[in-house]
Amino acid sequence: MNYKIVAISEGIVLIGLIVGFSIYSLYFTSQPIRLSGAGATFPAPLIQKWSAEFKDMTGAQINYEGIGSGGGVKQFTDKTVDFGASDPPMKDSEFSTARGTLHIPITIGGVVPIYNIQGISKGLNFSGQVLADIFSLNITRWNDPRLAALNLGTALPDTEIVVCHRSDSSGTTNVFTSFLSDESAAWKATYGASNVINWPSQTVGGKGNPGVAAAVQQNQNSIGYVELSYALQSDIPYGKVQNTAGRFVEPTIETLAAAASAVSLILPPGNASWASVGSYFNLHNVEEPNDAYPITSFSYALVYRELNVRPGMTLDKAKTLTWFLWWAIHDGQHYAPGLSYVPLPQTVVTHNEATLRMISFNGQQVNNWA
Amino acid sequence: MKASKKHPNFLSKLRSISKKELSGDSTFKIISMLVACNVFVVLGLMFYEIIQNSLLSIQMYGAEFLLGTKWQPFPPNPNILPSFGALPLIWGTLVTSAIALVLGVPVSLGIGLALSEFAPKSFNYIISFFIELLAAIPSVIYGLWGIFVLIPFLQANVYPYLQGALGFLPIFQGTIRGPSILTGGIVLAIMIIPTVSAISRDVFAAVPNSQREAIVALGATRWEKARIVMSYGRSGVIGAIMLGLGRAMGETMAITMVIGNSFNLFGSLFEPGSTLASIIANEFTEASSPPVYVSALMEVGLILFALAIVVNALARLIIWRSTRKIKEAGMV
Repeated sequence: MNYKIVAISEGIVLIGLIVGFSIYSLYFTSQPIRLSGAGATFPAPLIQKWSAEFKDMTGAQINYEGIGSGGGVKQFTDKTVDFGASDPPMKDSEFSTARGTLHIPITIGGVVPIYNIQGISKGLNFSGQVLADIFSLNITRWNDPRLAALNLGTALPDTEIVVCHRSDSSGTTNVFTSFLSDESAAWKATYGASNVINWPSQTVGGKGNPGVAAAVQQNQNSIGYVELSYALQSDIPYGKVQNTAGRFVEPTIETLAAAASAVSLILPPGNASWASVGSYFNLHNVEEPNDAYPITSFSYALVYRELNVRPGMTLDKAKTLTWFLWWAIHDGQHYAPGLSYVPLPQTVVTHNEATLRMISFNGQQVNNWA
Repeated sequence: MKASKKHPNFLSKLRSISKKELSGDSTFKIISMLVACNVFVVLGLMFYEIIQNSLLSIQMYGAEFLLGTKWQPFPPNPNILPSFGALPLIWGTLVTSAIALVLGVPVSLGIGLALSEFAPKSFNYIISFFIELLAAIPSVIYGLWGIFVLIPFLQANVYPYLQGALGFLPIFQGTIRGPSILTGGIVLAIMIIPTVSAISRDVFAAVPNSQREAIVALGATRWEKARIVMSYGRSGVIGAIMLGLGRAMGETMAITMVIGNSFNLFGSLFEPGSTLASIIANEFTEASSPPVYVSALMEVGLILFALAIVVNALARLIIWRSTRKIKEAGMV
């Protein structure tokens, strides 16, 4: 008898829980508009800040998962998210699979060389060729004449360089090695440009930006590379890199924005393939301004031009998504410097406005407020 | 009052339990057997899945995978095949685990002996509590502590003197790097201490007191008594060490944070390296294409799986042989 009572009451509790949970989820999920995005980890803190602010403003909930650019492009192509995000633009092969993709630059990133040499503060000069030689261990000592020639007047020590790099699969590595590949034929032939590199065996790998920064800080006479926002937030010395105009440019929010302004002259239309823009801004074909930092790239939001291809999309959702992106490239940019992100220059914003006006739902333009 | 009323009632009920109600026993037996058999199912499925997924890489690379030393998933020239050679990973796993055992096992056995033979009870409780606490610390915390506390300490206070004293040995030569094979081994040693010392404490505590009394009666010193306890519990101690070794080989998060993650067939312990587990932690998250890349990482998992099986089998063999010896000795 007792068992029966226990069993029956357990059953009642269980059914109650199920019913209660369904009512709860129905009630709470049907109310606000929910949108989902997934992709690059680099812009994730910024997008999450945006979605918090946007929710306060509109009540719409935007969930963004920083799963990596590769995963973002895959989920976007599979149409399991409302928007994707990626650090590199889609490759031509990816773009032809995901027909009707729009590329919308939402923020700017840069990769900077960091180092730890006793008595030397930030501002060492590097060229792409010299960086390639250092990271491939062709230059093994800090007082190498090729390095000294760029830093006249600085007494570089006669010590072995400890090279540090990202050990995890990383878009930052991709941007950095794309730059090295363009600057050095030897680098391109041996190591190439990708998220994972077959580094020389004596180099030290750290997991994530914090791992590289820790490896550099803990090894005397070391060099590594991290995202600019990470370098700005920690106090590791970082170097200047020579751009195509021949200047040694310190990476700052301003010099990254200058590079983005320069590249905005040659951006493809939002609905075309952006593969030509590359992992970083290759400004060899543009007249580069003196103050543009050379290892700079966009981070992109990816949306479909015709939003009805995404299952479950409604006009309301389409409007909210477009509004969110519109808000992100305008007012949302004010949050960028506080989080050490680079705000988009006006030329890029104008370019994006034209792209966002292309978005339609069932053939009807969604963005009819601007 | 109520209880006394209930009591006879309950007894009469107990007497009248029918065979039908007893069938609950056999149901319970079947269910618990099924639950136990889950172990086979889970292990079998895991083995099948890992083999299935690593088939592509096994077919493409064969033995080259085990003997190769180059790891290049994205070759610079798209016309070249990606290279996957896991030898440096196997080497890294074996060496870091060996360092962990060399440094960790004596300390752990010392702790186990102290707790079972020498320490007063109150002290015993405190130490046991802290050992269990050590075992409960997540490995990522060990990793962070390794990066921010242990590495700077070792670099400033230990490694230069170690190289000064033992620098004639090739394994202590070369540039000293903070994140290195040696650092990885030291962190692993600290991580296996709770496991090995807790089990060896239990093993020593299980040694019958008659053994201790006999040796003490023969005039043995405390050290000699401890030796008898250790040799009596040898098989259990070996089991404890093997469990520690298993933990050291499979440890992922902490070792990834301190080992230096270089694809390196190292000669010196101050060089950076990688282990089978660390490369999976580093590269699996974004390894979506090409398919052979995922497959190669799966094969790395397969090697780790095989190593674990070999280690466990060896442990069983050693335990079996030493217990047989003891039994034979007892019979003589």
